[in-house]
Amino acid sequence: MHRLPPFRYEAATSAASAVQLLAAHGPDALVVSGGTDLYANIKQRLFTPKVVVGLRPARDMHYLRFDQSRGLEIGALTTLARLAAEPVVCERYPALAEAAASISTPQLRTMGTIGGNVCLDTRCNYYNQNLDWRQALGYCMKKDGDICRVAPGSPKCVAVNSSDTAPVLQAYGARIRLLGRSGEREIDIADFFMDDGMRAWAKQADEIVTAIHLPVPAPNTVSAYRKLRLRNSFDFPIVGIAAVMQTDGGGRCTGARVVLNAVASKPLESPGAARALVGTKLEPDALDAAADAAYATGKPLDNTSGSIPYRKRMLRVFARRTLEACAAPR
Amino acid sequence: MTVAPEKILLRLHVNGSAVQCAAHPNKTLLEVLREDLNLTGTKHGCEMGHCGACTVLVDDEPVLSCLALAIEAQEHEIRTVEGLADGPKLHPVQQAFAECGAAQCGYCTPGFLMTAAALVERPGVPTNAVIRDAISGNLCRCTGYEKIIEAIALAARRMEEAATHA
Ligand SMILES: Cc1cc2nc3c(=O)[nH]c(=O)nc-3n(C[C@H](O)[C@H](O)[C@H](O)COP(=O)(O)OP(=O)(O)OC[C@H]3O[C@@H](n4cnc5c(N)ncnc54)[C@H](O)[C@@H]3O)c2cc1C
Ligand code: SF4
Ligand code: FES
Ligand code: FES
Repeated sequence: MHRLPPFRYEAATSAASAVQLLAAHGPDALVVSGGTDLYANIKQRLFTPKVVVGLRPARDMHYLRFDQSRGLEIGALTTLARLAAEPVVCERYPALAEAAASISTPQLRTMGTIGGNVCLDTRCNYYNQNLDWRQALGYCMKKDGDICRVAPGSPKCVAVNSSDTAPVLQAYGARIRLLGRSGEREIDIADFFMDDGMRAWAKQADEIVTAIHLPVPAPNTVSAYRKLRLRNSFDFPIVGIAAVMQTDGGGRCTGARVVLNAVASKPLESPGAARALVGTKLEPDALDAAADAAYATGKPLDNTSGSIPYRKRMLRVFARRTLEACAAPR
Repeated sequence: MTVAPEKILLRLHVNGSAVQCAAHPNKTLLEVLREDLNLTGTKHGCEMGHCGACTVLVDDEPVLSCLALAIEAQEHEIRTVEGLADGPKLHPVQQAFAECGAAQCGYCTPGFLMTAAALVERPGVPTNAVIRDAISGNLCRCTGYEKIIEAIALAARRMEEAATHA
């Protein structure tokens, strides 16, 4: 049986109280929101906290509001189910609703939160295994070992970012709000994600994510998210593509961001794909060129399901599908 | 040696009754239901979020009891498969599963029944697409899904009929 090892549970009654509890317990404590990632990892002994600080009781992080001048503010404890169903998200930020709806299963979306999703631990075939499995192999650098099993010569862990909302939030130009002992700060989400499987977020140990802030989309913004996974339920992405584009009244693309998922330790932006789109009327040739650029950007490694050549080929296919969905919105 | 934290008194609301038990804070809702409250109808499959066998309703929404702490379920209304029937009268989803042959070994069935109950208790009759989506977090390895979908559709139609005649 997979049981959780002993720990104490402390309920945070507000974001500030969570920071206090984290500061009081230091490295012995971890925060939990929905627990759909953390408890599974604790069961596999990837973490052994002495204290678990529950954020769910903190009512000041359960909100979602849209304002015509401020844009969308999402409290960190907002569930994925709510994000996928909220009319303002479906209308103004459809790729975000698509990404949230594509995560795991209905039960897990009711439990899982956006804060937990952007802080989702990076994943790897050699890491997301139980203790016996990892021990038999002699562990790996991310936990208890000293070499990377995927890229033995690599000085850093290359476990993949598997959060489906992360690339979409980055494509929309989201900002992330953090609260820690030294106060509150807001940073561009592109600076929050780091390309290191063992230190994937620019976040201090005593900081928590309190909210995510998306700007008001410019008029004529189109967006989409498409992901590849082995089963269309339960499974994590093995390739994901988010695209957000602005067009002028005449259908000409004036700005674009294309972000790849599950091929690096952070959401991976493809500036080449954006360049291939801007200035065009999103004709099939332009979409092909952008899909080629996305294909060139992504370099999958052997650390998720699916072979490297398959995932590499699928990058182009899924980039094309995402861009088509943007070019011809229903 | 690390000292295990002490047990705490849990006050839960399960199937309409207030219940209390002493349990360690690291116990999942699944473990407390089965081991401390003797409600063994809820099944443990993977215990990692990968199968849906442990599905229970928390405030009428299906959730996985294997990845939830009992301590966090205290303020909420929990429903398990034991609470579906009204005495000898089966819940419409239970009746329909039996009639349609929607269970073989039955191990996944309590989880499916809870997911199905949450769906059919909402007003309106769900389409097959909605039913498929609703049960996409529950795995069955023997019945096949067609009969399960049929059973849920039948239960939903009966609930709707009962509601219009009431
Ligand atoms: C079977 C299965 C399939 C899944 N499939 C997908 C998938 O396809 N795509 C996907 O993106 N995810 C998937 N997930 C992972 C997970 O369900 C989601 O990512 C979910 O959004 C995580 O949110 P949570 O609130 O449950 O996080 P938690 O488990 O509570 O936390 C996750 C991590 O973030 C930290 N954390 C949580 N909240 C905060 C905060 N506010 N500030 C700072 N740190 C915080 C925790 O300490 C922990 O390290 C899957 C999980 C399972 C079990
Ligand atoms: S990428 Fe390498 S170091 Fe990182 S989890 Fe996988 S095997 Fe371990
Ligand atoms: S036992 Fe909970 S999902 Fe499998
Ligand atoms: S009836 Fe056996 S697993 Fe579903």
